[in-house]
Amino acid sequence: MEQFTYVIKDKDGIHARPAGLLVKQAKQYENSKITLTKDGDSADLKKLFALMKLGIKQGEEVTVTIEGGDERQAAAVMLDFLQNNL
Amino acid sequence: MMKFSGIGASSGIAIGTLHFYKSETQAVIRSRIEEEDVQTELARVETARAAAIDELSGLYETALKQVGEQGAMLFEIHQMMLEDEDYCESIESIITNQRVNAEYAVAVTGDNFSGMFAGMEDSYMQARASDVKDISERLIKILSGRDTSARQFDEPVILAAIDLAPSETVQLDKEKILAFVTVEGSNNSHTAILARTMGIPAIIKLGNELSQELDGKLAGVDGTTGELVVDPDSETLQKFQAKQEENIRKKQLLEQLKGMPAETSYGQRVLTYANIGSTADLGAVLLNDAEGIGLFRTEFLYLESDHYPTESEQFNVYRKVVESMTGKRVIFRTLDIGADKQAAYFQLLPEENPAMGLRAIRICLTREHVFKEQLRALLRASYYGKLAIMFPMITSLWEIREIKRILTETKQELREAEVPFSQDIEIGVMIETPAAVMVSNQLAKEVDFFSVGTNDLTQYLLAVDRQNQNLARFYDPYHPALLEMIRIASNNAHKHGKWIGICGELAADLAMTEIFLAFGIDELSVAPAAILPLREKIRSLQTDSRDAILQEQEAYMHE
Repeated sequence: MEQFTYVIKDKDGIHARPAGLLVKQAKQYENSKITLTKDGDSADLKKLFALMKLGIKQGEEVTVTIEGGDERQAAAVMLDFLQNNL
Repeated sequence: MMKFSGIGASSGIAIGTLHFYKSETQAVIRSRIEEEDVQTELARVETARAAAIDELSGLYETALKQVGEQGAMLFEIHQMMLEDEDYCESIESIITNQRVNAEYAVAVTGDNFSGMFAGMEDSYMQARASDVKDISERLIKILSGRDTSARQFDEPVILAAIDLAPSETVQLDKEKILAFVTVEGSNNSHTAILARTMGIPAIIKLGNELSQELDGKLAGVDGTTGELVVDPDSETLQKFQAKQEENIRKKQLLEQLKGMPAETSYGQRVLTYANIGSTADLGAVLLNDAEGIGLFRTEFLYLESDHYPTESEQFNVYRKVVESMTGKRVIFRTLDIGADKQAAYFQLLPEENPAMGLRAIRICLTREHVFKEQLRALLRASYYGKLAIMFPMITSLWEIREIKRILTETKQELREAEVPFSQDIEIGVMIETPAAVMVSNQLAKEVDFFSVGTNDLTQYLLAVDRQNQNLARFYDPYHPALLEMIRIASNNAHKHGKWIGICGELAADLAMTEIFLAFGIDELSVAPAAILPLREKIRSLQTDSRDAILQEQEAYMHE
């Protein structure tokens, strides 16, 4: 299992478009389950509406957990995506 | 004649026939299916989904050309939404478990998901409910074989609707739409944004009285004031026509001057900025191509409130302003309360001579916590754009030093709390008292810029109350003493490498433009509607008469 935390920098938080792109990234890792957690609420990162439902805003800390065959690579890519886009 | 009042969502005037856009949202019929048909229904959904995604990518391309990436992005989001696993699973499970038709399963799923967004706290997320409705409508239309392309009109019309989905808006033939008027809607809705981008007048939230029975009637739309008049009488119609002509003239001016610098043919460049009093004016600022905001009056926050506006209330407004200006300079004037502008909770004691009383910076320096609250909000907002701060009613050097001390303290507090703010915030003082002019050589060493408030400066210099009608004869905005004041302030600013602007009413007086240019004024800040006429005036100046004007002023003062 891989896990990391990240604080959202984008002023709009995780709004629709970056959420969609994030989901697209996550979907590439078919062999891993990727979960994003904020304050005890979790969403499957391959599900757009579930992710949007968390309503994540600027300054909030999220935890991303990856479990599966390609977890190491997925973790690196997801962190990189968050750092560059959110 | 019937008058309606809504919220102007996109400015401009239109006169034409009202055409009601009958929403294609038709009741979806729930019909039972046989078990052996479940697979067929599931396959129908899959085909429809693929077709919808196809359509959306086509719309994305169309929108990209028409309104740019920002406006087109929506259709990309819609594609992503249609690929959501939970959404698809919900449709499939309703078909499989309830043995119902695909249309019905999509309608129920759309309602559930849009309801989820509508119930969220965040207003941005709430507005996403309409996106879910929109994608579900699209699927249903495809499933039921209805035409998803927008209807065309033979003649240009004012399009009326309960609300318009963004995909409907973007598909309409723009040549045939004079304006949008809707019963519901929000200023942040995609439709309002698209209307603004396309430059089509729009009014939203007109209420239920705007009904189908008015279809085919003549109407006038004012997208700036939010006024809609159906069956106007000839006088009203003439008013609309006059406004429309004025608008066309302005638009032509805008086309000519947009993006052009305010520069004379002999190469003197002046910045043309806007004066505004609330975020409601931002549309006009952008429309009139302001190069920045030279005066943002922060008083409205205090006057419209029944308590001292909190740091976050202020921050939200300031941030919105600097963000809307995308990197252009925005000068906020700290609160200028007192005299004729009163708010009860300030509990200011009655004064015999309020114009000379406890007002503006004097309140800030007397009630430091109120001042600091505003400074914190401004500093935080500075992170999001190019923000400058100026202080009103300065008379003495110690005042600006004390202000700087308080500003430094506030910055330190933010640094300790690790709150980000810009490291290069310009500060300036208003030059609106004769004393400030006389010590402007010293003031210039302390600040980055001056901004001359000609209204108060004239009143204090000539000792004439500008509200008093009986004194009109004595209130002379062209008084040589006033001109001399502006010249002195300008010289002192430039002596120390600082810049100077004028934000009083006189800045918009085209009879004065040449004189201000001769004095070396760097920036003129005027009401949004006055920007382009001013820019036109500056660009029309052919001969350099700076020396002659300066000599004349010099002669008047010293010969």
